Amino acid sequence: MSNSTGLALIGRINNNANALGLLFMLPAATILLVFLTYPLGLGMWLGLTDTKIGRPGAFVGLENYKSLFSDSVFWLSVFNTMVYTGVASVAKFGLGLWLALLLNQNIRFKSFMRAILLLPWIVPTTLSAIAFWWIYDSQFSIISWMLVKLGLIDTYINFLGDAWNARWSVIAANVWRGIPFVAISLLAGLQTISPSLYEAATIDGATRWQLFRHVTYPLLTPIIAIVMTFSVLFTFTDFQLIYVITRGGPVNATHLMATLSFQRAIPGGQLAEGAAIAMAMVPFLLAAILISFFGLQRRKWQQGVKD
Amino acid sequence: MTTPDPHNPAHPDAKAHSEGGMDYLVTRQRKLVTVYLPLAVFSFVLLFPFYWMTITTFKGKEDLYDYERNSPFWVSNPTLANVKKLLFDTAYPEWLWNTMLVAVSATFISLFASVLAAYAIERLRFKGSKWVGLCIYFAYLVPPSILFIPLATMVFKLQLFDTRWALILTYPTFLIPFCTWLLMGYFRSIPFELEECALIDGATRLEILLKIVLPLAVPGLISAGIFAFTLSWNEFIYALTFVSSSEVKTVPVGVITELVEGDVYHWGSLMAGALFGSIPVAILYSFFVEYYVSGMTGAVKE
Repeated sequence: MSNSTGLALIGRINNNANALGLLFMLPAATILLVFLTYPLGLGMWLGLTDTKIGRPGAFVGLENYKSLFSDSVFWLSVFNTMVYTGVASVAKFGLGLWLALLLNQNIRFKSFMRAILLLPWIVPTTLSAIAFWWIYDSQFSIISWMLVKLGLIDTYINFLGDAWNARWSVIAANVWRGIPFVAISLLAGLQTISPSLYEAATIDGATRWQLFRHVTYPLLTPIIAIVMTFSVLFTFTDFQLIYVITRGGPVNATHLMATLSFQRAIPGGQLAEGAAIAMAMVPFLLAAILISFFGLQRRKWQQGVKD
Repeated sequence: MTTPDPHNPAHPDAKAHSEGGMDYLVTRQRKLVTVYLPLAVFSFVLLFPFYWMTITTFKGKEDLYDYERNSPFWVSNPTLANVKKLLFDTAYPEWLWNTMLVAVSATFISLFASVLAAYAIERLRFKGSKWVGLCIYFAYLVPPSILFIPLATMVFKLQLFDTRWALILTYPTFLIPFCTWLLMGYFRSIPFELEECALIDGATRLEILLKIVLPLAVPGLISAGIFAFTLSWNEFIYALTFVSSSEVKTVPVGVITELVEGDVYHWGSLMAGALFGSIPVAILYSFFVEYYVSGMTGAVKE
C-alpha cells in the first residue's frame, strides 16, 4: 500500500515540471541563499550596527555612514577607486580591442599566440602581483635599470613610494592582467562577423577606418557592452593586486574601497565600519550594471531586434 | 585600389575566404609593421613578468642584486637554493596540498549543484525558471569583496573559522552562478527532440539528464570544471580572511603572509613560490586551452 503511494508520488514528481524543478534547484539554491543572499543582507545590517571583532553590536542607525562621510581617508579611497577603474578600464578596452583586431588578422601561429597571450589572466593574480612587486622594487627594478641603461633617466624611479607613481604602477599591473580577457572575448565577437560584409564595403570604396567604424564597431557593440561591464565590475571591486603590491600605501594613496574595507574590518577589528564601506560600493556597481544593460537594450532597439 | 591577384580569384563560399580573407590587398611590409610588430610588443609585455619570475627563482644572491657584473636578463650561476628553501623550510608543500584539496572539493560541489540547476532552468521550464535564471546571473555579479565581512562573521559562528571547510563551502558562491550560466548555454544547444523521444520511451527526467544530456554536454562540463578549479585555485580574499594557521593556508595566502618576513624580502623564494603556484594552473590550461576560450567567451556571449 505505502509502496504504491510512494511510487505514485515519484511518478507525480517526475511528471510535474514544477516539483521536479524545485528538487533540482535545491542544492544550488540552498548554497546560494545561505552563503550569498543571507550574507548580503547581513552585510547591510552589520553596516547599521557597531559590531567589532569578538563583540556583538547594537543597532546604531546611519552612524557608520555619517562618520564615513566626514572621513577623508574614505573619500580618498573613493577617489582612488574611480581613477583606478576609469583609467584601467579605458586602457584595457583600447589595448584589448587592438590586440583582438591584430589576432583576427590572417597571421601565423594564431591559436598558439592566443593561447600564450591568455596566460596573465589564467595565473593566480596574487602570484603575478608578486612578480610586479619585484619589478617595481625601488633599488632593483628592471624597468629603471633598462631606462637608465638606455640613457632615458638618471635615477631609479621610486615606483611605489610616491602617490601618483604608485597609482600608475598598480593601474599598469591591472591593465596587464585584464587585456587578455578583453582581447579574447572581443576576438570571439570579431570572428562572428561575416567577411562578406568587409568585402562589400571595400568594393564600395570604404577606407580601413570606415570599415572599422561602420562594420566592425556596430556589430561588436553588444559584446563590448558585456565585456566592459564585467571588466568595470571586477576592477572596481579589486582587492588582490593592491593588497599584494602596495597594501594601500604610500599613506593610503592607493587604497581602494575594497582594501580599505578589509583594512578596517579584519586587522582593525571594526567589522561594522568595514561592512559600511563595502556597502558603499553597491550603488556604483548597480549604476555600472544598469548603464550597460540599457545601453545594450538601446542598441538592440536600433538594430531592430525584438526581445 | 589594387586589382585582385589572378591566382587568387574571389571565392563565392565564405570558408575559402576565411583562409586568406582580403589579405592580398595588404603588402607584406605593411603587414610586418602594422600587425607583427605590435603583436611582438604585446607578447613581450604580457609574458615578461613570467620570464622574470622564472629566472629570479634560479638566481643566487650575486645574480639577484648585482646588475653590473651579471646581466639581469640571464642567470649566470643558476642555483636551486631558493627552491630548496621554499620546499623544506616553509609549509609550502602543505599549502599546495590544501589548495588542491579545496579547489577540487569546491569544484565538485559546484558542478553537481550547477548541472541540476542549469538543467532545471533550461529544460524543465518550471514556473518562474526565467526569473531564477536572471537571479543566477545577478548572483555572479556580486563581488566577493562585499561579502567577505558578513561571511567572516558567519564562518565564526558556524565554528568553521580556520578550517578548510570554510573555503570549500564559500567558494561555490561564486562558482555555482558561473558554472550554471555556462552550462545553461550548453544545454540550450542540445536538441529538444532527443529528450522528447526518450520521454516517449518512458525514461524519467533523471535518466534523460544522466544518459542523454550530460554525455552531449561533456565539453561544457569540462569548461565549467576547469574554470571552477582555476577560480578556486586563484581565490584570495576569502582564504586570507577565513584562515589563519599555516597548516590550512592556500598557496596565494601562504606566499603573501608567510614568505615576507618584516622588511627582508627573500625575492628568490618569493618568486619560486609564485612560479610553483602558477605551474599547476598553467599545465591544466595548456591541456584545455580551447575549453578555456569557449568557456570564457560562452559565458560572456549569453
